Amino acid sequence: MTATLERVDVARTAPARGRSRARARHRLTVLAFLAPAILGFALFFGYPLVATIGFSFTRYDLINPPEWVGWENYAYMFSDELFHTAVRNTLWFVVVLTVARVVFALGVASVIARLKSGVGLVRTLCYLPSLAPPVAATLVFFLVLRPNEGPLDALLGRFGIEGPLWFADPVWAKPGIAAVMLWVSGDLMIIFLAAVLDVPREQYEAASLDGAGPVRRWWHITLPTISPVLAFGVVNSIILALQLFTQAVVAGSAASGSADVTGSTKVLGFPENSTLTFPVWLYTQGFRYFDMGYAAAMATVLFVVSFAATALLVQRMRKASYQEES
Amino acid sequence: MTAAVGARRRPFAWRRALDWVAVHSLGLALGLMFTLPIVFVFLTAVMSDSQAFTSELWPREWHWGNFGEVFEQAPLLRYFGNSMMYSLLATAGMVLSSVPAAYALAKLRWRGRNVVFLLVVGAMMLPPQVVAVPLYDTWSSLGLTGTLWPLIAPYFLFDAFSIFLLRQFILTIPQSYVDAARVDGCTEFQALLRVVVPMARPGIAATALFCFLYTWNDYFGPLLYTSEKPDQWTLSLALSTFKGMHHVQWNLAMAVTLLIMVPAVVLFAFAQRSFVRGITFTGVKG
Repeated sequence: MTATLERVDVARTAPARGRSRARARHRLTVLAFLAPAILGFALFFGYPLVATIGFSFTRYDLINPPEWVGWENYAYMFSDELFHTAVRNTLWFVVVLTVARVVFALGVASVIARLKSGVGLVRTLCYLPSLAPPVAATLVFFLVLRPNEGPLDALLGRFGIEGPLWFADPVWAKPGIAAVMLWVSGDLMIIFLAAVLDVPREQYEAASLDGAGPVRRWWHITLPTISPVLAFGVVNSIILALQLFTQAVVAGSAASGSADVTGSTKVLGFPENSTLTFPVWLYTQGFRYFDMGYAAAMATVLFVVSFAATALLVQRMRKASYQEES
Repeated sequence: MTAAVGARRRPFAWRRALDWVAVHSLGLALGLMFTLPIVFVFLTAVMSDSQAFTSELWPREWHWGNFGEVFEQAPLLRYFGNSMMYSLLATAGMVLSSVPAAYALAKLRWRGRNVVFLLVVGAMMLPPQVVAVPLYDTWSSLGLTGTLWPLIAPYFLFDAFSIFLLRQFILTIPQSYVDAARVDGCTEFQALLRVVVPMARPGIAATALFCFLYTWNDYFGPLLYTSEKPDQWTLSLALSTFKGMHHVQWNLAMAVTLLIMVPAVVLFAFAQRSFVRGITFTGVKG
């Protein structure tokens, strides 16, 4: 308090020229602190974003100079069947993964929040898989979901159920990847857990006095109070699903049995293109077929969709920060 | 009177005990469900070649030598070195470039601050695939594809997520501390170095952990830039091909899968609190 008063006094008594010089110095300081970030943003986001949009109107193979083709790449999307497959696969993940991740993470967080002891231990155990590299996490599930021999199919076998081929079955490959993603959703659980534990206790006590049971308290107090964090979880999951790449590539390549992940295109999308997500098809076109123009057009589409999702998130964050300030 | 109260209380206590048991067994089941897959991986990693092919869960003999053998089957130490180089240099670069930027966004007043913050959030959410084509083109014309530099260099200038997270941490440092430093005649640089950095140390540690973990786990970047140069592969990239090359040797593939998780788990064991704080900060404090 005294500090701010003194600062005002100094500013008031200083001559006008000194004040404007101080302001110029302040501006220079800000600039110095931000200089690397500004340069980095321009080089690694600003320029490539503009260039991507530019490339999307060309035919370009990295060797010969780009050739202007207008809207041809975008028009081609309509007839490219694998583009449609990729869009459908990614939409599947956007819907299924978002719902499953938020419901699952909230369920786990709600259980952990009600523990009277061992909260730290259970939280740690649930978070542990999130530390695994996506490649490793996918291979872990590849072992667990091994047809016939894997632990899950062995368990199902005891009940006389024959498990599917999982990652080798075009119907079950996507749910398999979704299972991996749920297994590593520990960060979302911790975010939800913190939000649930942050709900003021007095509200629960007041509701208890009114005769509300645990279920009604959860539905009428917990859920509305943490809804901004839930919204974060939804948008965060949408963005995650739009970017799904590693798990799809690894699941496809492991199931195809091919050694050549880094060179062959046969492994991408295996089986029957069921794991061909939008980023995977973009990568295949650009960096395996060297059709950079078409890849850039797809990247532009991905950018527009991601931008819309991000705008949603920013809106939520600003709303939350206003609530916090007021 | 007292008897009536006692009669009413007893079922209530029973219900609470039952509730306690239900919630705790559910919690325990969840914890097991999350760790059981890793247990399966471990048990498979110490099986013999032939047993790993069966549906048996418990190893008949414990082949601890499998962990050593994977180092003979693949140049894992080299991949480990590449991964370490990528993660450590990127993390060091991130701290140098992002701490001042986060300070400017959290504690300095200037016009356009909110716009810049929105750009940071936007960059954070941008899928890496969107900007891959021109970036690859640029790095390739510089002759740097086939090395890890296209992955490391950006961190010395700009890492959106780290700037975002550090800003959240620095915001929690009371403004009065910074003001006091200014009154004492500190320049902004000195205020950052002597007041904010020491106070934000847990936040910087958490951000560094996330940066390390992200780069250690990265797959898309190394696949894009080094897939054609096997001596530049990182562990993630090597692991994805290891399963294919050794598709008859489940035990070895799982031994590598376990080994690649070790550094992250060790880091987590030492810095659990920082991790948890960092995660809650990304979601809760908008």
